Formats: sequence, structure tokens, C-alpha cells
Amino acid sequence: MTTTADPTKADPAKGEPATAARSAEEELPPPPADEEDIPVPPGAPRALLRSLLGPHRARITVAMVVILVQQAALQSGPLLVAVAMDRAIPALREHDSGPLVAVIAAYLFCALLSPVLQWAFIKISARVNQDILLELRGRIFRHAQRLSLDFHERYTSGRIISRATSDIDALRELLSEGLQELLTVFLSVCYISVLLLVLDWRLGLVSLVSAVPLALIARSFRSRSRRVYRRSRTSAASLIVRFTETMNGIRPVQAFRREKANDAAFALVNRQSATATADGLLEIARYVGLSRATANLWVTGVVLFGAYLVVDDTLEVGALTAFVLYLRRLYDPIDQLAMFLNSYQSAAAALEKIAGLLAHEPTVAEPAEPKELPQAASGRITVKGREVSFERTRFAYPTGREVLAPFDLLIPAGQTVAVVGATGAGKSTLAKLLARFYDPSDGRIRLDGVDLRELATPELRRGVVMVTQESFLFSGTVAENIAIGRPGATREEVEQAARDIGAYGFIAELPDGFDTDVRKRGGRISAGQRQLVAFARALLADPAVLILDEATSSLDVPGEQAVQRAMRTVLAGRTAVIIAHRLSTVEIADRVLVMDQGRIVEDGSPQELIDGAGRFAALHRAWRDSLV
Amino acid sequence: MAENRHDTDNPPADGTVTARPRSTVRSLLRLWPYARAVRGRLAVSVTAATLGMLSTLAVPVLLGRIVDGPLATHDLAALRPLVGLLLLLGLFEAGLFYTRRVVLARPLAGLETAMRGDLFAKLQRLPVSFHDRWGSGQLLSRATADMYTMRLFLAFPLVFLIVNSVMFLAGAVVMFTQDWRLALIALVPVVPLFLLTRRFESGYSGASRLAQDQNGDLATVVEESVLGIRILKAFGRHRSMAERFRAQSQELRRTELHKAHLLANLWSVIVGLPEIALGCALAAGAYLVAHDELSAGALVAFLSTALALRWPVESLGWLLAYANEAATATDRFFEVLDEPDTPDPGTATGLGARDGIRFTGVRFRYPDAPAGSPDLLTGIDLHIRSGETMALVGATGSGKTTLTALLPRLYEATAGTITLDGRDLRDLPRERLRELVAVAFEEPTLFSATVRENVLMGAPGASGEQLRSALATAQAGFVDKLPEGADTEVGEQGLSLSGGQRQRLALARAVVGDPAFLVLDDPLSALDVHTEALVERALREVLGTTTALVVAHRPSTVLLADRVAVLADGRIEAVGTHQELLRDCAHYRELMSGEAALVPEGSAAP
Repeated sequence: MTTTADPTKADPAKGEPATAARSAEEELPPPPADEEDIPVPPGAPRALLRSLLGPHRARITVAMVVILVQQAALQSGPLLVAVAMDRAIPALREHDSGPLVAVIAAYLFCALLSPVLQWAFIKISARVNQDILLELRGRIFRHAQRLSLDFHERYTSGRIISRATSDIDALRELLSEGLQELLTVFLSVCYISVLLLVLDWRLGLVSLVSAVPLALIARSFRSRSRRVYRRSRTSAASLIVRFTETMNGIRPVQAFRREKANDAAFALVNRQSATATADGLLEIARYVGLSRATANLWVTGVVLFGAYLVVDDTLEVGALTAFVLYLRRLYDPIDQLAMFLNSYQSAAAALEKIAGLLAHEPTVAEPAEPKELPQAASGRITVKGREVSFERTRFAYPTGREVLAPFDLLIPAGQTVAVVGATGAGKSTLAKLLARFYDPSDGRIRLDGVDLRELATPELRRGVVMVTQESFLFSGTVAENIAIGRPGATREEVEQAARDIGAYGFIAELPDGFDTDVRKRGGRISAGQRQLVAFARALLADPAVLILDEATSSLDVPGEQAVQRAMRTVLAGRTAVIIAHRLSTVEIADRVLVMDQGRIVEDGSPQELIDGAGRFAALHRAWRDSLV
Repeated sequence: MAENRHDTDNPPADGTVTARPRSTVRSLLRLWPYARAVRGRLAVSVTAATLGMLSTLAVPVLLGRIVDGPLATHDLAALRPLVGLLLLLGLFEAGLFYTRRVVLARPLAGLETAMRGDLFAKLQRLPVSFHDRWGSGQLLSRATADMYTMRLFLAFPLVFLIVNSVMFLAGAVVMFTQDWRLALIALVPVVPLFLLTRRFESGYSGASRLAQDQNGDLATVVEESVLGIRILKAFGRHRSMAERFRAQSQELRRTELHKAHLLANLWSVIVGLPEIALGCALAAGAYLVAHDELSAGALVAFLSTALALRWPVESLGWLLAYANEAATATDRFFEVLDEPDTPDPGTATGLGARDGIRFTGVRFRYPDAPAGSPDLLTGIDLHIRSGETMALVGATGSGKTTLTALLPRLYEATAGTITLDGRDLRDLPRERLRELVAVAFEEPTLFSATVRENVLMGAPGASGEQLRSALATAQAGFVDKLPEGADTEVGEQGLSLSGGQRQRLALARAVVGDPAFLVLDDPLSALDVHTEALVERALREVLGTTTALVVAHRPSTVLLADRVAVLADGRIEAVGTHQELLRDCAHYRELMSGEAALVPEGSAAP
């Protein structure tokens, strides 16, 4: 009788202390992360922005100079008109066309200069913007790839997608519209402020004091809208999560008539997003209305003040007119500033989220000083494999729940080890530790004497490769999917790997053979076929240690047998760890480990164990019976 | 064929998308059904913006009055009402600026929501073959970035296109009344600008479309890299994936730079030409004034008007760019919405006499299968008697999963009929059909919901008792150990369960509520031998009361069935009990024991 799956009936004869019972009968993953679980270190968004802008300092400076000159050229129009009126026309009356020609020439020069500079500015700033976006996209992508599996298991994929898509869009908005706006606003404000002070310093000072209430309004807007925009980014992310989940599971959605329920669930997040969006727009409306009112109030005040000055004969009427007209232009950019603040707030919220993601350090870190694996000793030329040793290795979740109790295990180079046991016995965890998907909580794992943690990823993956039961295909051709095992492999090598594993036949029969795009017809490559592709990928990788985690679960009997035949030759000389529910796999193993509740409870050659009276013998009998 | 038109998920680099130009206005007009709901608000917003502009223009007039009147005469008493008026005008203007934005805030957010909701609803109901064709990132970018572009267009560019055009026309009329000669000179650039913007439009909309498509492709890569993270980690290939991502984002960067280039060209002309014309007008005006054919005041007035029109003309650059992007985003949106709905004319509710499932001459080929390739299923004749469990076996890739997908009509058979208790599947509304047929897929997908919701999807309204018994059948006892039992959130946003655990929940989902017809696609592949035995034992009871089709890869699963059908070369090669087939059918023997397979499958003769 086999009782391994049920701790309540666990065989007490093995004398396992009750401590292992905590590890429960099934491995349960740690709880998922909340959005708030990814803390944003203070100052991280700002530091991120700095690091993004830093390399472009020179070009940004050039862009600013260009726009400065362009604004000067643009603003000189009215000035030249005034010169024409005051000097050129009287001169023309005296039949002196010189001044007019000069003024018109200057005007046309500005008319030509300004668009050329505008053109240059757009080109330069577009380049800066696009380079920044490219860099940031790349950083998010690379970082998400670098983050450890435990992170990916907790952080919804939709959220990472939204970081790299909609959050980036928010930043793009700021960069493409906002910065230019800010620059022109800033320049025209400076320019006009100086003009105002020159025209009349008393009125100028009074006017410039309006900066205080305007700044206060802007500050209140920023603090009020910060929350709104954060909410907006979060709701955008949950929208994406819902959306991708539904589209990726469209078959069960339709088969189980989830459409209406999904509509309702989606409407909920959709509405949340709409509310956040509208709240943001209302904040802007409020900001624009308030600042406009303040500005106009100021204009009235200045007119009144100026009027008294005029009455006191300390100000010319003409000067007051010019002053007030310019003053109006000082406040013109309020609307533009609102647009800028809008994209700025939205981008700031996005940047915060992105910075949070980027600041999250992978728990499985790259070594600071990577070591290399020793060259194969001359004595084992024929042995591709490497020795694996687990030393007092223990694994527990951060919650403290122990999955693997401390254990020692030595797998000599070239040995094929089958690991069997019930679901949740810790087999997969053992495999994931060896593949360094996780790091052990205590103890270490060495490959030919080198701690896995001291190997850089490329070196580690030359050493250890794992094939999982999950057989995801990436868009691209079948050949490309196999070549993931070894980029740069020739077509012959790819085809040979497929042939070795018995996948050549079905691939050749696909519409375009190895060049069939799996996305376009990807739905048609069955789970079993996908597992064969995954195997071919692993063969191509040609690692010293191969881990197979339930890698044959969807294969039919002939497929599995073909794989096993192939394995016999492929695994020769390699170190292999095979995890399988089906004991057929065990036949090709040199050694079998039986696991139960996080411990290795039996260890021996298949024949020894079958002949014995332990769990494996029972499992084996049950499996025999399940065959024809 | 529709799918050619929509096969844009991988736009070639040569930009075939530009090969079917479409007028920007025509595309944008398609937004009308959605914009209709906000037309009143839009009108208010446009009016407020126009009035705002007018009050902006009124201020200098009022200032002139103040200067010429009270100030010239030093009459402070007369000053007060005028300053009061100035204050009122200022507050009125601020109010208009506020109104312009406020009236549109909620309605436009609502409009975006409505469009996105429609897109989502449509996508959910489009056939699976549609989803096979489209990269998921393409769909996602339509639901997010494109939607944002369209909303933004309605909020600002649309309003200003209208307001600025009005401003421009009014200004032009004023200029003509001031001096028709100067007005002609100043307005000469209108003709080249018009032609130029037309050209710009055709180039820019192509580029904008390409950028949006590339953005979608980028989203697909991101999505895949996250979903396939285990494989990338297992092979240490995140660098090559990052390379691929980099290459694609480089392409997007190129397109964006091309867009910027077009915009820079347009903008420089839009800024430059009117200025040059104005310079000429200034020269001509100065000449006229000098020769006393025009008063200096009139020239100043004319030039002020012309300068005031600078902004409406200049803004044309970015307004057009926005309009184009919104137009291509609209195209992308409607590409999905225009997909024909799958007709669902069935009205029958009841079934006929108990007859089980009957396939008659069923043929099937995937809609996008290359011409000339043989059909995948070439005439399936199979009768699963009422109450019977039929196992379906066949070599890897023989079409077993495809055959099962025909029952809930995830795909439509290309020929032949399938009946449930004598009723043709097509006579049943899909909704009803899918109530009758429960499926457990090869790949168990759980949704972000509680275990309870995930399982009861199979039979909304089933009782707690039924939930428990379904979980028991699937040996999903682990559910009780979850932090909140059956109310624990699982799926993307919840606990990520192991493959075996997911498979058992998917099985529970299929069997809950005793469906009349049950389709199980290799339902036990991820289970260990022990659990598999327990599930089999429990399943036997469930199968006793339903008509079931079970895709099987191994003898243990086959033994659940009363009879077995062997699928080969698109047909049912043999039907019989396990023992009969073992005796009579070599292919079956090979499938079950592998004994006949001396040559590994598919290996070319060495």
C-alpha cells in the first residue's frame, strides 16, 4: 500500500520525527505580493531620473540653447514692427529706404531662423527622449528578467507588463510634450519678467510677487493630484492584469461562459480607472481656473496701481499700456504649465512605480566575484557531467515554513538520479535549488566543488539546465524556440537535436517545417509536442547537469519511450536529475531517491529498492499494475 | 478575406500598413457613436473655449478704453467702473477656462471606459481562431495606449481644432476688412500650408500606425518574457531575450524619430511661412504708409491682428499630429470591433432523446491553414452512446485536442455535423451548449478569483455541497489547507499553485454540477501515480452518470473508459474496448505500450 501522499497515514516505521509534518502534504506557495509589497526607497525615482538624463546632459544643453535663441527670434517680431513704425517709415518718407530694408531683412532673417531652430530642437529633443525611453524600457526588461523566480511567482505578470507599457507611455507623454512646454514656459516667463522690470521696476516687482500665490496653487495641485495619479497608475495596472489574464485564458473563458462575469469584473476596474482619470482632469481644471483667476486679479491690481502712478505723474500712460499687455503674456503659459504639470504628475507616479521595481533586488543574486568551473579533469574526458553535492542544504519559505529539512547528498559526475515521491514531497524544490531558481536557506550546493552562488549565469547555465513540465513557446519559429537552448547553433544542430528526441517528424510535417511560426499556428502545437520541443532545446544546450522536472507528463507512451531511448544516449556521461511521477523514467536511472515530506527517505539503485520492502517497492508495484 | 485585412499583428518593416491609406477625418468620424453621448458637453467646452478666447481678446480693448479715457484725463472716479469691469472680465475668463475642462472630465473618462469595455466584451466573444491570429500585446495596446490617445484627442486637440479654426477665419475676415492687399499677402501661405499638411498627413499617419503596431509587438515580447520566465531562467537566456526586446524597441525608436522628423519638417514650415509672409506684409505696409496710402494706426492694427493669429496657425502642427495619431488609434480599435460577430442563430433549448454524442462526417481545418495542406480532421464518424465514456487516443499531434475543441464550439467544424442527444450543436445557442458541455483543458488555467469561484464557474449556482463533492472527486484536499480554504484567491493575482494542483482544480471545475456531457483532455497528466489512482477511482463514479469524451495518453486513463476510439490520419481508425483494440489494432498496441515503435517517432531513417 502506498501512503506517501497522506501524512496522517504516514508510515511511522520510518521513524520520522513529527517536525516534518509542518511541511504539510502539499507544497503551498507563499502569498502573492501586494502592490505595496514593493517598497519604493525614498529618493529612488529622483535618482532614476537623474541617471536617465545624465548621459544626455550635453544634448539637453544644446537643445536649451537652441530653444533660447529660437524664442528670442520669435519674440523679436513685435520689437521689429515697433522699429519699423518708429524709424523705418519716417526714414522712407525722407526717401531713405535703408532702415526699412534693414528691418525687413532682420524680420525675414528671424522668420527663417526661428523655424530652422524649431526644427533642430524637435530633432534633438526627440533623439534625447527616444534614447531615454529606449534605455528605460531596456532597464525594466532586463531587471524583470534578472529578478528571481520567487518574485515572479508573487508579482503578477500583468503588473510587470504595465510597468513596461503603460507606465512608459506616461513618461513618453512627459518627455515628448512636457519638457518642451516647460522650457518655453520658463524662457518666456524669464524674458517677460526682465522686460517688465525694465519697463517699470515698481510695477515689475508688484507683478512678480504674483509668483507667490501662483506657486502655492501649483503646490496644492501637486500634492492633491499626487494621490490621484498614483491611484490612476495602480488602476491602470489592475486593468492590464485583468485584460491579459482573460485574453491568455480565452479558451476556458468561453468554454465556461465567463464572458458576462468578466465583463462585470472588468467594468469594475475600468470604472476605477475612469474615476481616477476624471479626478485628475478635475484637479487640473481647478488648478487652471484658480491660477487664471489669481493672474487676472493681479492684472487688475497692477492696472489700478499703475493708474495711481500715472495720476501722480510718475508713470507714462504708454508705459503702463505696454506693461499691462506684457503682463498678460506673462500669465499666458498658465495653460501650458497645466498641461506640463499634468503629464509631470502622471509620469512621476509612473516613475515611482518603475523605480520601485528597479530597486527591488533579486534574492538570487549574481556573484560579485564569479568563479569559473574547473576544466574537466583529464581522467574524465568521456564524462561530460559534473559532480553535484548538497551540503547541509535546507530550504524554507520566508514565512518560516520548512520545505526541505537539512540534508547531504552527493551525486557523482555522470550519474543519473531519479527522484520520486508524492506531490509536495519537495522534489521540485530540490530541482529548483540545483538549478539555482532559489538559493537554499542554509547550507550550500556545489558543482564540482564550486558553490552555485559563485557562478555567473552564463557559466551556471553551461553547467546546469532544467526542463520543466511547463512548455511555453515564444513567438518565432520552431527552430528559434529550440535554439533558445544554444543561441548560435546551426540549423543542422537544431534539426539533429529534434531528431535525437523524436520531434523531427512532427516538426517536418508542420506547414513551414522548422520555420513554422508557433504563434500564428502555435495553438496547434499540442502540449506533448511542446514538451518535445522543450527537450530538444535542452539537448541543444548540452549542459553538464540536466534536470528534468516532470518533463514527460504530456507525452504519450510512444513519445515517452522515444524520449527515454534518446535519453539513454544523451545522458551517457552527463549528470542528470530526473523528477517523474511515472516510474518508467526510473528504468534509465542509476540511482533512485525517494522523498517524503521534505526528506530523502530512500536511496539506492532501482533494483535494490524494487527488491526491498520500502516505499519505492510499493510505488513500483502500483505503477506496474497501472500499465496494460 | 477578413483575416488578411486584419493580419497586422506583425506589420512588416516596409510598412504595408501605409498601403491602405484612409482619410484621417473618415477614421475619426467613426468615433461619433461614442462621442455622441458627450456631444452636448463637447459643445459647451468648445463654446467656453471660444468665449475664453474672445474675452482674452477683449482685455486689450478694455485697456485701451482705460488708457484713452480716465487715465488720459486723470479721472480716477471714472476709472473704478472700468477696472471693475476688467476684474469681472478676468474672473469670467478664468471661469470659462475652468468650465472648458470641467465639463469634459467625467464624460470623457466615461467615454474611454465605454470604448474599452466594448473592446473587452468584443474580444471575449470573438472566436478562439481570432485570438490565435493576434499577438496578445497588440490587443493590450489597443485597450490601453490607443484608448488614451483617442480620449486625449477629444479633450484638447479636437476642441482647439474647432476653436482655432474659428479664430483663424474670424481673424482673416478682420484682416480683409482692415486692408485687403496686406491680407492677401499675409494669407498667401495658406495654400502651400494646406497642400503641405495633406502630404504630412499621409506620411505621418503611416508612421503613427507603425509606431502603434510596434508598441503592441513590444508589449507582446514583454508579456512572453514574463510568462516564459522559467524557461529563460533555466537556460540563462534572459540576455538573448533582452537582445530581442532591444532590437524591437530600437525599431520603435526609429519610427518615433521618423515621426519627429516629419513633425519637425511640418512645424518649421508652419512657423516659418506665415512669418515670411508677415515680413512681406510689413514691407508692403511700410511702403503704403510712407506713401500715405495707409495710416500708421491701421498698419499697427493689421499687424496686431496678424500676430494674434500666430498661435492658431502654429498650433496646427501638433493638433494635426494628435489628430493623426488618434485616427490610426481609432483604426486599430475598429479593426477589432469590425471583426464579424460569430453568428449564433441557434434557438433550441432542449435536447432530443438520449442519444449521446454523435460525430458524422466531421471535417476540420484551421482557418489559417496554408492552402493545399490537407484537412486536419478528414471525416470523423463516432458515436458516444448516452452515459458512455469514450477514450480518445492517437499519436501526438493527431488532432485529439482539436476534436475536443469542436464540442463546445471553440472552433467550428468545417463540414459534417455533431449532435448531442440528436440535437445539432449549431441549433443550440452557444451559451446553452457550453452549459451542457463541461471541459477540462490540457493546460489548466485558473483565473484571479477564489478557489470557490474558479470551480463553480462550471456550474454557477451550484451548492456548497456540490463544490465539496467536486473537490473530493478531484482529490483537491489541499484546498482545506489553503490560508482561507475555498475562499483563497488563486490565479495571477493570488496563490500560484503547482501544475498538479491547478490540474485538479480544473478537473473539479469540469465535473462540478454533474454536466450532461463531459470533455476531459488528458486530465491526469500532472498527477503523481498515487493521486492519479485516487482521482481515477473517484472519477469513475462521475463518469458513470454522464456522457464523456476523455483524451488519454496512457493505459491508466484509458481504463476509465467503456470504449476507446483511435484517431489516426484525421479519421477514427478503430473503436472498441481496450482489450479488443489491444488484440485487433496494431496502432493502438503501439500507442499504449510503445512495443511496435521500434523506430523512434519521426526520426528520419538513420
